[in-house]
Amino acid sequence: MSGGRGLLAALLVIMLAVPFVPMGGMQQYMLHVLIQIFIWSFIGGAWSLMGRFGLVSLGHGAFLGLGAYTTTLLWNFFGLTPWLGAVVAIVLTAALAVVVAYPCSRFQVVGHYFGLVTLAVGEVIRLLIIAERDWTGGSLGLTVRPHGGDSLLALQFADKRVFYYGGLVLWALGLWVWHRLDRSMARSAMEAIGEDETAAASVGVHVTRFKIGITVLSAILTAVGGIAYAQYIAYVNPDTLAGIGVSLRIVFAVVLGGMYALLGPTVGTALTIALAEVLRVVFGVTYVGMAETIYGLLLIVFIIFLPSGIYGSIADLLRRPRAAAPVAPAPA
Amino acid sequence: MIDPIFLAEAAVNGLLLGGVLALLALGLNLIFGVIDIVWIAYVDLVMICMYAVYFLVQVYGWPIWAGSLISVVLGALLGVGVHLLIISPILGSAPVNQLLATGGLLFFLQSFATFLWTTDHRSVRLTLPTLEFGGMFLSFARLIAFAVALLVMLGLYLFLRHTYVGTAIRAVSQDRDAMALMGANPRSVYLVTSAVGGALAGVAAALLIIQYSVHPFFGAAFGPLTFMICVLGGLGNMVGAFVASFIMSEVISIGGVMWSTEMGYVIAFVFFVVMIFARPGGILGRRT
Repeated sequence: MSGGRGLLAALLVIMLAVPFVPMGGMQQYMLHVLIQIFIWSFIGGAWSLMGRFGLVSLGHGAFLGLGAYTTTLLWNFFGLTPWLGAVVAIVLTAALAVVVAYPCSRFQVVGHYFGLVTLAVGEVIRLLIIAERDWTGGSLGLTVRPHGGDSLLALQFADKRVFYYGGLVLWALGLWVWHRLDRSMARSAMEAIGEDETAAASVGVHVTRFKIGITVLSAILTAVGGIAYAQYIAYVNPDTLAGIGVSLRIVFAVVLGGMYALLGPTVGTALTIALAEVLRVVFGVTYVGMAETIYGLLLIVFIIFLPSGIYGSIADLLRRPRAAAPVAPAPA
Repeated sequence: MIDPIFLAEAAVNGLLLGGVLALLALGLNLIFGVIDIVWIAYVDLVMICMYAVYFLVQVYGWPIWAGSLISVVLGALLGVGVHLLIISPILGSAPVNQLLATGGLLFFLQSFATFLWTTDHRSVRLTLPTLEFGGMFLSFARLIAFAVALLVMLGLYLFLRHTYVGTAIRAVSQDRDAMALMGANPRSVYLVTSAVGGALAGVAAALLIIQYSVHPFFGAAFGPLTFMICVLGGLGNMVGAFVASFIMSEVISIGGVMWSTEMGYVIAFVFFVVMIFARPGGILGRRT
């Protein structure tokens, strides 16, 4: 285990040093890619908090969009700092999560049904954003009102390095939450619920409380990720931050990496973003859609041949010689 | 206040749309009922077939009926292809993975269509009249689509009820394991089901292309709606899906006239979520 710690520390030092590596004109681009990886890994990690226990949400775009749009609208129209806006956004997201999770748990909506209910919620938020076009700009999206220069209060910085460190901290925070949950009693409870709800309830696990708790936690972190992304890109759009498209994208990245491992979401997100960037550079604008086509094909292949994800499969392989591979909890 | 004529027109249009939606929902539901996998990319297969009809009719000058026939055959082939290449290797996997594999297919088809045909909206221009009936304007194309959809659904019903293969399909959807014990081969039943489901997608494509323009994201527009109809009717419950199609299309159509198109969908989706809580087994299902 200490070997792993050492490796982690070395990795952290490298990450901290990246913005100071001289890369000439490439630096801004590299930072841009890395910031996106940090933020989307964080969001993927937030999703996997639910996904690994069989609560497969296909509507995390709802939380993402609600978070991003709340802070952006409050800032643009009322000049409320995104720091306070985030508090409002978190409260709203938590409320939405409870509204979704409570009946789902109460009426035992699981599996396909849970996926489709969350998918509907994601679409509802996207369509509401489009319908309220007087405020939100509809499908055209909305630019975060520039503050003019760097401002901690407005969370706007011209220098990408600020966002790089911010993203790094956010990503580390996500891993810490994941790790804490992984070692907590809640994990055992949730795994029991994921395998058999009735059995879990019969041994005294408070099913509803745990399900709501994990959904609220996952939703809040997703909203925070959405806020971070909106502040970095300084532009929000209902199609990139809400609805079925982005929701599926989050799920794919996580499943590609492996949702049962700490670094699974990060590996999956980094791979998908890197792949998209490489394909974009290779094909340029001549072959629009080619990158996504290959991405889709790879997803199918990976799901058929590596059902526990890239990182998960490698981790399983490494673990096997020492002990029998732990059975991955079967999602309901 | 909205003119009652507009409302009546919206109601009739909703009814006509409901026929085609029901066709889609029945195709998806048939596959779900038998194979127990939701094809997230189902409407994207429809999209591919729509492109086929578009190119045959609009570019190569085929008559629409011939293009439609090819669309049905193509749909059946796509259904078989999807089953053999993607579904059968993962029949034993976790439901999440099954869902995502067909989701990967969705991304693949969507972006491959973008790659091949760009994001332009394309439509088949048929010179069909608009009918006026008591102050309401109804498109003839929609009426035809509605009638054909009903006929095909009747055909599907007769096929499932009165043929040997149809009986086998219904038997598998009732009890997969018992059917295998009776000596029937579920694999061939799966294949036939996928072909029939695909063919229904082909029919729906031919009916949709005369009303809507096709673009790579067509599946994203109709896909979520189709799943919701299936779930609302009770997954695997054909009659339920039929009824649910008309409820949803009426809500969307009337809501669209009363407020806006988006609000029509919002109301429909919220209605769906509420109904899942109120009647988890579908609108016609019994609560367990």
